[in-house]
Amino acid sequence: MRRLKAQVSHLFLPLSVLVLLIVINLIKGADYFSITVVNGALYGNIPNILFGASELVILSIGMTLVTASSQGQDISVDVAATITSSVFVLFVLNAGNATLLTIVAGFLVSCVAGLVIGAFNGTLVSVFKVQPMVATLILFTGGRSIAFMIDGKLSPILANDISNQIGTVIPGVPIQTPIILTAVFIALVAVLLKTTNLRLYTESVGINPSAARLNGIDPKKIIFLTFLIMGVCTAVAGFIAVNKAGRHDSVNLLKLLMMDAILAVAIGGNALSGGKFSITGSIIGAYTIEVLNRTLLRLEVGTETIKAFKAVFIIILMVVASPVVREYATKALSWVRARADSGTVPETDAPDAVAVSNPDTPAKKEV
Amino acid sequence: MRSLNAAKPKDALSNSNLLFLIAAVIFVLMYGFAILRYPGSFLQFQTFFDLFSLNAPLIILTLGMSIVMIGGGIDISVGAVTGLVTMACAVLLESGMGSVWGAILLALGIGIAFGLLQGYLIAYLEIQPFIITLAGLFLANGLLTTIHKDPINVTMPDFVSLRDFKIVIPWLGTENRLGNFIPCEIKPGAVVVVVLVVLLAALMKWSRFGRNVYAIGGNSQSAMMLGINVKRTIFYTYLLSGLLSGIAGFVFIMTTGAGNVGNAAGFELKAIAASIIGGTLLNGGVGNLLGSPIGALTLLIINELIRAAGVQSNFQAIVSGLLLYLFIVLQSVVMSLRGRRKFRIALPPWLQPPWLQGKKKAENQG
Repeated sequence: MRRLKAQVSHLFLPLSVLVLLIVINLIKGADYFSITVVNGALYGNIPNILFGASELVILSIGMTLVTASSQGQDISVDVAATITSSVFVLFVLNAGNATLLTIVAGFLVSCVAGLVIGAFNGTLVSVFKVQPMVATLILFTGGRSIAFMIDGKLSPILANDISNQIGTVIPGVPIQTPIILTAVFIALVAVLLKTTNLRLYTESVGINPSAARLNGIDPKKIIFLTFLIMGVCTAVAGFIAVNKAGRHDSVNLLKLLMMDAILAVAIGGNALSGGKFSITGSIIGAYTIEVLNRTLLRLEVGTETIKAFKAVFIIILMVVASPVVREYATKALSWVRARADSGTVPETDAPDAVAVSNPDTPAKKEV
Repeated sequence: MRSLNAAKPKDALSNSNLLFLIAAVIFVLMYGFAILRYPGSFLQFQTFFDLFSLNAPLIILTLGMSIVMIGGGIDISVGAVTGLVTMACAVLLESGMGSVWGAILLALGIGIAFGLLQGYLIAYLEIQPFIITLAGLFLANGLLTTIHKDPINVTMPDFVSLRDFKIVIPWLGTENRLGNFIPCEIKPGAVVVVVLVVLLAALMKWSRFGRNVYAIGGNSQSAMMLGINVKRTIFYTYLLSGLLSGIAGFVFIMTTGAGNVGNAAGFELKAIAASIIGGTLLNGGVGNLLGSPIGALTLLIINELIRAAGVQSNFQAIVSGLLLYLFIVLQSVVMSLRGRRKFRIALPPWLQPPWLQGKKKAENQG
């Protein structure tokens, strides 16, 4: 029970932000949750959010692991996804007729490309002890050009029924395919974390690499492994993105999504300096970012000012979540409680959750 | 430095100086290679000065980035703030109400405002610097597009004369094909760069603030126990970085004379790369401000070399990525060999820098 409580308080920030955004959306129009059925598939705000955030969710899962183990961030994820998807497109276009087999084979080949990229970054970080952000800066600099060279031309078109179905809807299935793929991927990661020692090892390496080494955990191996997992994540994200788009635009595909992925990790309540992590938090953070983007669009904020609004929102969010403000909030709460206990105001004992929700009120006012 | 080494002869060459030395040697090698390969263009003094004149904003940003990185933080908003400053100055100058001095004040004001905001949030509210400066990047970008979206060319006469102003060095120059003597020209931006490099390098090396930054970057806990005001020092590093972004923005518009949405886009990562090549570690505590301009120049020479070689533009990015890879691995290998104490710089005595000679003496005496 206590553990559950700890987890819930950990997820309180991202969840409260999500709820706040949804409330804003409901004030704007009550039909926010309405879902329509078009050609046997569900459409509406919620499915669109799940659909739009699928790549971001997958990348933020990988980013969480990398952040936790290597105490730094991978800034090449969008570029890596571009490269893996270019490998996928190259394979599918050269395989002749696009059947389910060639698509799956192409996906596996792109996973191998992702592993190679992960191994490249992982070697730099684990063996050469380069800070992750610096190591991945290399691929960030040259990666899109590599993808362009693999493509051989500007934006090759991926026109076949199967990839169209992967990008949108399979006939007879009411849910858009990227949502299903994301759900499957999340489930796989959950199984991986439940059945193996990965979480324990990653956290111990992230908290103190030397102590982990003295206890028989090789930090190099763990960091390398997390980068390999990140590589697979980029392959999956690239696969979904390129099938969604139907063509491979090596210049703009998923551009600057790594910033959003890092943001998702931070909103999810994870420390960017490594250590303990919560994949659930990151996933909620990723969806929160997507909801935020769509909310700003829905509120008819001009496209040129959207970024500024987003920035203000992030700053308010981080101020609310900052350790100093939280400390003040808990102090204020205990003062209120002490007064309540002394008998002047016989109120009911405030539950713990209010402690964290107190600082949320300024955010509500300003947004 | 020497007095410190006398007390502790084992670590004669500090990490900062070693990395600075590597960066300087690489820079000299690169430039030497460029001269050998393309003697026509790189042997001219004008080419060297142009590196400074045309890329002054990047070098200024690199200085600010290095200071923040030595303090253990990171500031990825610098490029966007620079872009915002150029656009704001362009709009102000074109509106006909502002003067050049007003534009300078506006540039510094915007830079300081961003520095204050980010510094306060990072230092006093203890929020992760990456996220706050990322938000700063979004904010500056959003404000930039809100102010004005289309490119503006500044036509105000005072400003145009400032833009076209060049310092001519009559005794230094080259003869063109016709035999006419062309003196070297330097843009005022290059002078700003030199002044800033000298000022900030002195600040970081000799002032109390500079030493505090190094101490905090090395280990903020120990620094706090030594009585250093950690929060205030970190706050000042971000303030300084913001101020330098403002200066860089004005220098940028002084060089190009136009406000554009794409101005200085992506400079933050270039500045980080330049700082790293110049020997600053992202972990903090290690770095040399003289290395930052050298890192930036190395990065620029790589680009110039690739351009001179006439390689396809796609290869340019790949080659600069590869070279970055080489530098990073080289730095890492040197640092790790040094950690194992197998690595010694084997230089003849007359080539050794004075601090190494001091070490020799100390060893002999010992």
